[in-house]
Order: sequence, then C-alpha cells, then structure tokens
Amino acid sequence: MSKEFKVLYYVNQFFGQVGGEDKAGMKPEFHKDKIGPALGFENQLKGEGKVAGTIICGDNYFNENKEESLSYILNLVKQEAPDVFVAGPAFNAGRYGVACAEICRAIAEELNIPVVTGMYKENPGLEICQHVAYVVSTSDSAGGMRKALPLMAAITSKIAQGIELGSPEEEGYIPRGMRKTIIVDKRGSLRAVEMLVKRLKGEEFATEMPMPVFDMVTPAPAIQDLSKATIALCTSGGIVPAGNPDHIQSASAQKWGKYDISQRSALNAPDYYTTHGGYDPVYANEIPDRVAPLDILKELEKEGYIGKVYEFFYTTTGTGTSVSNSVKFGTEIGAELKAAGVDGVILTST
Amino acid sequence: MLKLEIGRIHIKDIQLGNETSVKNGVLTVDTQGLIKFLREDERIKDVKLDVAKPGEKVRIIPVKDVIEPRVKISGGNNGFPGVTAKQAQCGEGRTHVLYGAAVVTVGDIVGFQEGVIDMWGEGAKWTPFSQTFNLTVDIQVADGLDPHTHEETVRIAGLRAAEFVGLVGQDMQPDEVVTYEMGSIFEETAKYPDLPKVLYAEMMITQGLLHDTYIYGVNAQTILPSLLHANEELDNAVISGNCVAACDKITTYQHQNNSAILDLYAQHGKEINFLGCIMVPEHTTLSGKMRASDYTLKLIQMLGADAVVVSEEGYGNPDSDLLIICKKCEKAGVKTVLITDECAGRDGMSQPLADTVPEAVAVVSGGNVSHVVTLPPAEKIIGNVEAIAVLAGGWEGALLEDGSLQCELNAVIGATSEIGYHNVTCRLY
Repeated sequence: MSKEFKVLYYVNQFFGQVGGEDKAGMKPEFHKDKIGPALGFENQLKGEGKVAGTIICGDNYFNENKEESLSYILNLVKQEAPDVFVAGPAFNAGRYGVACAEICRAIAEELNIPVVTGMYKENPGLEICQHVAYVVSTSDSAGGMRKALPLMAAITSKIAQGIELGSPEEEGYIPRGMRKTIIVDKRGSLRAVEMLVKRLKGEEFATEMPMPVFDMVTPAPAIQDLSKATIALCTSGGIVPAGNPDHIQSASAQKWGKYDISQRSALNAPDYYTTHGGYDPVYANEIPDRVAPLDILKELEKEGYIGKVYEFFYTTTGTGTSVSNSVKFGTEIGAELKAAGVDGVILTST
Repeated sequence: MLKLEIGRIHIKDIQLGNETSVKNGVLTVDTQGLIKFLREDERIKDVKLDVAKPGEKVRIIPVKDVIEPRVKISGGNNGFPGVTAKQAQCGEGRTHVLYGAAVVTVGDIVGFQEGVIDMWGEGAKWTPFSQTFNLTVDIQVADGLDPHTHEETVRIAGLRAAEFVGLVGQDMQPDEVVTYEMGSIFEETAKYPDLPKVLYAEMMITQGLLHDTYIYGVNAQTILPSLLHANEELDNAVISGNCVAACDKITTYQHQNNSAILDLYAQHGKEINFLGCIMVPEHTTLSGKMRASDYTLKLIQMLGADAVVVSEEGYGNPDSDLLIICKKCEKAGVKTVLITDECAGRDGMSQPLADTVPEAVAVVSGGNVSHVVTLPPAEKIIGNVEAIAVLAGGWEGALLEDGSLQCELNAVIGATSEIGYHNVTCRLY
C-alpha cells in the first residue's frame, strides 16, 4: 500500500462527547479530528489508513431536519472525498441507528462511496441501509464497542485496498441480501445427495436458497364501462420494431421500450419481430400479434367494445429478467400509463 | 435386472487427421471421412471441423450441444436408439466411451439460444466443457431450411458425429470399467430393507419445437411422467433438442453423464436405496403443470419412495413446476431436495426464483444466471464471436473492442447446471 487510505467518520452527540439527551438537538458539525470511537477505530487500521475527520450531529436534530442534515453531510463528504465512510456503531439506539443508516444510504447511493457501520440486529436503521452498507453485527449496547471496532476496521481496510471481502460469517457483517455467485469444491448433485442423506437421517442441514417472500398486489377495481375506456397493450414477449432500435436484451432485460402504434392496425411481420430468447420465435415472428394482439384490440376499438387503444405499446423481455428489474419496469410503465389517463392494460407474457 | 458396463478409454489429446484412431490416449479424427459421413444428409451444405483443448486460448461460440463419443459393444444398439439407431433397450451390456473427449456442435440456429465455451482462464472456470478435448462440428445447412428443420439437422449431425468418432473404441481395451447394476425394485428393497427409498425426478424442457428433450426418440412434450431404470439415461436413452439459455440446459453429454444419477447411484446400498428416475416434462400450461406434478407424486407413492431429488431445467415458469412438485411431495410426507439456479439480477440483489413455496426447505443452487463475467480476448475463435450480441446472456456491446467478452453466465454452456453437473453456487452476502 503506497498511500494511507482516508476515512470520514460519523457519530452522534453522545459518542461525539458533546453531551447526552440535552445536546440531542445540535446541528451537524465537522471536526478535522478523531473523536470518540473514531480514535479507537483508527488505531485498528494499523497504520494502513487514517480518519481525516469526524462529523457529529444530534440524534433529534438529524431526525427532525433530515433533508437539511443530509445535504450538509453529503456536501462535506463530497469535498473531503474519503475512500470509505464509517458511521457508528449505533448498537440498539433507534434514532442514532436511523441517522447512521440514512447517511450511509445517501452516501452509497448518491456519491457511490463505500460505507461501513455497526448495529444490533433489531435496530430500525438496519433495513434502511442493509442492502448498500456493510453493517457489522453488534451487541445491543455500547459494551460491544471493543468487539465492533476491529471488525468495522478490518472491513474498511479491505474495501479501501480493493481486497475481496469474505462471507458475512467470516467478516462479521449482516448479510446485505446479495446472492453472490461463487465456485465451490463439490458439484451441485453431490451437495444435493449429501443434503438428502442428512435430511433422511434427521441431521441438521442448510438450504442453499432460502425461499423468497413475494409482494401481494391488490387488483385494481373493475372498469365500469369498457366502451369509454382507454386500453394499453404491454408485453414481456419481446415484440419489438424490426431492428430492435433500443437493443432490448434477449434475456435478463435491463430496459423496456415503447413504440407508437396509433397509425397501425396490427403488429405485422416483418415490421415487428421478437427479440425474446426464451421461446421458439418462429410463430411469433410469422405473426407478432400472436404475442401482442394489437390486431384484436384495434378491431374491438372499431366495434366500440373498448373506447380507445392507447397510442404506445410497451415491451420488454421476460425470460431471466430479475424480479427487481421487473418491479422497476412495472413501476415506471405504470406511472406513465396512469399519467396518460389509461384505464386498463392488457398484459401478455409468452 | 439391468447391468451396464461403461468402459472408459482415456483421451489425453485430440487432433484432426486422415484416419480415426486412438494411440496412447491421442484421439485422431478422420476429417474427410467424417465430413463425407455427415454430408450424407442432403440438408447439410458444409461442415467445418476443428479441435479445442483444455488450456488453449480458444473460444467456441455459438455452441448448440455437446455429445460424448461412444460405441456399443454388447447389448442394445449402437448410437441413440429411436433417433439415430433402431429401437433397443438402453442400459444393459457394454458401452465404450472416449472418456475426456466431446463433440461440440457450433452454428447459428435462431440467434439467441446457443452458448460459449472458453478453453482457458476465467471462462474455463465457468464451464465443465473447458476440461474436455473437444471436436467442434460447425454445420452450415442448405439454403431455405426453416428453423425447425435446421435445428433437427444440427441435432442429428452432432449425434452422428459422436457415433462416427466413438466407433474407434470398438476393438480397444478400456483403461477402466465402471459397472452399474441394479435389480428390480423388489429385489433391491429386499437387499436393503432398512435404507430409505429414493427417486430422482428429472424435469426436462419440453415446451415446443427448439425447446425439446427426446427419450428413445420420443418428444418428451407428449409423455406423461415416465419411469426409467437408473441405467438408461447413462446409456444414450435421452438427448437434448434444446436451444435455450446455455447455462442450465442439459446437453446430451450431461444426459449421458447425468451427475444426479451418478451421485445417487454412488450411495445406493450405502445410505439410500435408489429406485430409479422419473422423467418429468415441463409444460407451459397450468393444466400441464398440475397433471405432470400429480402424476409424478403418484409414481413416487406407487413405488413407496421416502424421498426424491428433483432437478429443474431452465428458469422462469418451470420454477413453478419445480415448486408445485415440491409442495405436493412434502404434503404427502415425501422429503424433497431440489436443484435449481437463480435469476437474482446482475447485482445479485433480486429474489432468485419466479415462484415460492414454504415447503422448499432443502434447495441446492447452481448459481445466478445473471452473474456477469468478463472473458479475456481469445487467440482463436471457433464459430462467430459476433453472436454474443444476440445470445441470451449477451447484449449489444458485449463484445469489447479488445476482443474481450462481457456476458452473463446465461451465455456460458453448463455454468449453472440444475442437474448439479458443475460446482457453482450462490451464498448470501
């Protein structure tokens, strides 16, 4: 390591040695100094890095003036440009935990600077920042400081020096929810048979994939009068204008497209085709309406059965597309359709 | 009931030449002879042969299927009964295998649905076929063939090429012989009355042309779940007709060497009484999914199995088939272990499956299909590297200027195998 890495530290009024509950209303301040846990933390960096300054803010002030506090802190962090930002540990202190979490999330998401903090597993701040921060698992009170700081420092050192972090168990942080792909010694079928034998013997075994928990969506109320309704067409079947102008991926879509169909009575070949890589494209390419039935919708519009077909159709590829991307696409497309006054959507898959 | 001897002839190198032979572990392939043999099919316009060895800076793209070259010495018929040979019982007698060699079919079919094999470096870690001595068969079909005929032509050509090459093992002494022998369910249960009875349910993509699996030449889309003796699939009964995402399709080679069957077999008579395999079609309709899962459970119960290992092929809607089977089995008191893979997004932060049931408590993961890898430039490309722009798991711009390839594991053959053929998984980080 040619050069010491730089850390910026955040603590509340108590750990910043300003005072107790009576000082919880203090505005954020910056000290080019190591204060409270920042000092012990730096010692644990073993000369590889230094804490360039400490930000102190009152717990009440932060929680009551979140935007203002965040903007002050973000500006400061931007100027100081640390390699890693560290906050807490907050143990089970709720307001302090939420402050650490909000600050960590904002710095990670807006400035793309790695963030490390520490919390007790029930701290309400955890779910705010768990997905973007390395949150060291601590005890519920400040008595756990001596255990937490070395772990936080070790993680910080590794991140700053570009060393790959070990598993949550090895490093002592709470899993971020990331499914990390790794190579292991035993092939999958052998792991399956070993898991089976353990299960049959009543021994303990660990699944490699805890089941996901799904959101439930309440259906919208039924449309009262279809003859006055505007209906949009939306597909995950990958139907795109010839040439796939927006380069929508054939699997694991990273984007969606929308295309003007106001002047068309159908999605004919060869003007349209599918870019979807998960099904036999032959029949979809013969008649793209088989996947996204604009022809029928336009007939129903002509008959007056529905009021109007919305002027754009929306499309993406469903196969291998992550649920989080799907949620994002759905939210974006839904917002557009709602703003355009669309009453209903025909969604087709494959 | 069935006894199968697999004689392994160890292959340690491969080259093209004027005759097919194995000398001191070096497999030589008769180039002109094989081309002539394949061109007997008038649908084939041109064939290009090449070889790729472990450690060489060679990239093969786009790959359709991988097949192990073999020859039948006794019992059954040579080749793939019901496909390239007359019907015969697979799983008995003696088969010689060119162990360590593979035939790899190359060529665009419908664009998206083939994969990559890198023989060296980063890419080699992600595919089991970086470890085999590969004969690549690049097939140009006659003009004007429709995609379905095109697929069939390439599929059959791959099988025939493996047959042609495998024939060399006919009069050879294998380096080792592995025996797979299993009596009737009653006999085995009498032998091992105290061992838990275990079945393997192998789900297969059977979703229509280009997404099909064949058992003795029967398109598995048309079957009810069927019981196979554990030896049959290991002896050419099942072939791949799949053009789906490369990472988790079961290639013909992986059917011939199905790791789930092999690892269950290894515990037969020790920890478990392995009863056999149920071949389960994956349907696209809900009624198809319900029928296949009901029928699978019924077979499991008729055979009195205590537990079942269920493997999936593909992802998305087949996740539902997998979990419906799991739920029905667990509710009926049959313990399950599932093998699947994950669509957790490029950042790994998304939930991994398209469906969920609380009964799935024992699941093996083959890794995240969207995990992005960067594969350094190859010194030699077999096939067409531009194909990455449209492959599942690739994208426009995935081919970087210096010749590196950036793609999801989706595009890498066998990377996230759901029969557990490879050693990739996911951990919660």
